[in-house]
Amino acid sequence: MGTGISVNRITARRRHPLARYAVLLLALGLVGGAYTTFVLPQTQSADAAVASGKADDVTEGAKLFAAHCSSCHGLQAQGTENGPTLVGVGAASVDFQVSSGRMPAANPGPQVPRKPPADWVTPDKIRQLSAYVQSLGGGPTVPGKEQVDPALGDPAKGGELFRANCISCHNWVGAGGALTQGKYAPNLNQSTPEQIYEAMITGPQAMPVFNDSTITPEQKRDMIAYIVGVREQTDPGGFGLGRIGPVTEGLVAWIVGLSALALAAIWITAKKRQANHD
Amino acid sequence: MTIDSVPKPVAGASGFIDDRLGAGNFLRRNLRKVFPDHWSFLLGEIALYSFVILLLTGTFLTFWFKPSMGHVVYDGSYEPLKGVLMSEAYASSLHISFEVRGGLLMRQIHHWAALLFIGGMMVHMLRVFFTGAYRKPRELNWIIGVLLLTLALAEGLTGYSLPDDLLSGAGLRITQGVAISLPLVGSYVSFFLFGGEYPGEDVISRFYTLHILLIPGILLALISAHMILMWVQKHTQMPGKGRTNENVVGGPFYPSFMIKAGAYFLFTFGTLAGLGAFAQINPIWLFGPYTPADISAGSQPDFYMGFLEGALRIMPAWEINFLGYTLPLSVIIPALVPMGIIMTGLALYPFLEQWVTGDRREHHIADRPRNNPHRTSIGFAAITFYGILWLLGANDEIAANFHLSLFQITWVGRFAIFLGPALAYMITYRTCLGLQRKDAEVLSHGVESGVIKRLPHGEFIEIHVPPAEDIAAHMRGKEPVPMIAAGPDDGGIPPKDLRNPIGRLRAKMSQAYGGEKIPVEDGHGHDGHDGHELGQGEDHAAVGSGGDNRSISH
Repeated sequence: MGTGISVNRITARRRHPLARYAVLLLALGLVGGAYTTFVLPQTQSADAAVASGKADDVTEGAKLFAAHCSSCHGLQAQGTENGPTLVGVGAASVDFQVSSGRMPAANPGPQVPRKPPADWVTPDKIRQLSAYVQSLGGGPTVPGKEQVDPALGDPAKGGELFRANCISCHNWVGAGGALTQGKYAPNLNQSTPEQIYEAMITGPQAMPVFNDSTITPEQKRDMIAYIVGVREQTDPGGFGLGRIGPVTEGLVAWIVGLSALALAAIWITAKKRQANHD
Repeated sequence: MTIDSVPKPVAGASGFIDDRLGAGNFLRRNLRKVFPDHWSFLLGEIALYSFVILLLTGTFLTFWFKPSMGHVVYDGSYEPLKGVLMSEAYASSLHISFEVRGGLLMRQIHHWAALLFIGGMMVHMLRVFFTGAYRKPRELNWIIGVLLLTLALAEGLTGYSLPDDLLSGAGLRITQGVAISLPLVGSYVSFFLFGGEYPGEDVISRFYTLHILLIPGILLALISAHMILMWVQKHTQMPGKGRTNENVVGGPFYPSFMIKAGAYFLFTFGTLAGLGAFAQINPIWLFGPYTPADISAGSQPDFYMGFLEGALRIMPAWEINFLGYTLPLSVIIPALVPMGIIMTGLALYPFLEQWVTGDRREHHIADRPRNNPHRTSIGFAAITFYGILWLLGANDEIAANFHLSLFQITWVGRFAIFLGPALAYMITYRTCLGLQRKDAEVLSHGVESGVIKRLPHGEFIEIHVPPAEDIAAHMRGKEPVPMIAAGPDDGGIPPKDLRNPIGRLRAKMSQAYGGEKIPVEDGHGHDGHDGHELGQGEDHAAVGSGGDNRSISH
């Protein structure tokens, strides 16, 4: 009898509406746990080996290049029909593309989007890859820490340069904008100061190059100071509505403002005054 | 002292005023004026109350705003613009935003109120249109409304330009582009408006005068005329029990309507204050000062100008060069044609409808939109036309935020602007007829009671009960859309004024537009196959009536 009851109890619990979720959670936890236990340590140990090794950056970079880049850019970085040559693009270009997750590209399209970097990407590997590409034919180099430090720039001067040179594609606050043929100027909210600097000197994808004779390194730092300063600023007027201007404002005016007032009108006319009360 | 007797100080004072102004008589007559009670009749008040708030907040802003394009170096508290050369107008707008106590809130309420002012006018106008409330004797008030809407656009445009920030400068540049594209007079108009070459030093102070004096003055006068006419002509009312063309059923102005209107003002004020406090609008400090050399991605006008922006964006780059003169069709057409179609169409519609239907009677009972299907379809076609242009005014933001191709959106828009309204017309027309059939069905068969009965021979039927009295009265308020008597007389000769081509067209349009499409009481629009009129509460086969598919074959 007792066993019968307990069996019934288990059956009842199995049929509980929440049971399936509990089982699902358990299964997910098991798989995730197994993954972190068995798979991740290998990659971590591989990283550690690379980091500790005093191996020549260029040699290591060549290996990384052969493994991750050569299928599109060619074994000698000479370029194929799927990807341009990387001779002469410089370390700055590699650092920009790989650290922003654009390269290696997931699939061809009008424009390669920013995405979380691939699992193997670490600062050391980017340095090695950059060193290899730099060794192929020179080009712009990765800026130093001081060169991109927003604290050292003059945001007001940078703002004027930003408005004159950048906002026609990237919008006032770097919220991004559409370009022709499915291309777009990305928003600058996640770009690091280094990436902003590198983008200006290398001109990735649809972007033009702003070399040091057009905009001096100091001016570039001023612009970085403006971009970083404005994007970190708290909106004094309330919710920023994406800071893209009148489009979202118009939507709010209709969806929030006018809808609320229409509902209010319905509400206050809902109670009818009875004629026989008069 | 009973509750009905008036205390002496009050009676004395009011008697004094009454003897001199005759106010008592006036108030007695007007305080009891009856206002009908339907939520959609309050929509116009959004615009009215927003206008009041615009006047108040606008006055506040004028205390600090400097309408000057004189150059100054910014030395205010907004760090990222410190030391930047800008106009006094922009610097004073920043001053209002950052240094004047409550200034940013007032600026934001002012701007939100501007959006709700025009949005409120638009929904109010749609209500008047779809219920046919513009019909005789209210055509003139309708035209005043169209003028108000047009002036409100101009008021918005001039106000949008005043802070002299980079975004408003983009709008100003397009305004100048439109002015200079006008044939023959274009360059003169542009030079006159800007006092010389664009942008010059005059336009802000000129727009300021227009924005705070001339246009609001006209708006105020027209709004007063609008209200007085409404008061004198009385409000229309929805069809219903006891409502005729000769009466108005509703609550008296005092106290019932006054309380509702007062509450609605507070709702409007509350909504605007809430938006102004919590939703940032027109953050001019992010845009930077205007220089004609700079332009930003995502430059947009405020929503009410969006349809013109969209027209400009989808227009192919056409221009005509003739004897050394250029006619930029790519600017003139989008600037003038959509605005012309919409505003002229609105202004003329009451008269065109009169001409087509031949209906010169007074109307005080509103139409339900379904009961004049062609008017409703024309309305929806116009909304679609406007809406597509409006949407395409944001084609770059749509492309950037939804990862679509800008060119594809533009090309879709170029076709949709012609196909969309036609499609909307057809869909709306069928929907209206469907709703009319539904009404007819409710009136002739009653509504489902939820009671299923099984008959002795096994058939299941659902008991239908007659609709509630007020709903039935509302539905029975329908009358056929009038049309002109176009048919030939006994001798086969059409009326004299319908014999020429225009007359024949008028007769054809009248036949299509007017008439009763779905009579209310003939068994939900059937061709008599239904056979019998159902009495009150009569059983009606709904389920398993075998072979007879009448309940689904409309």
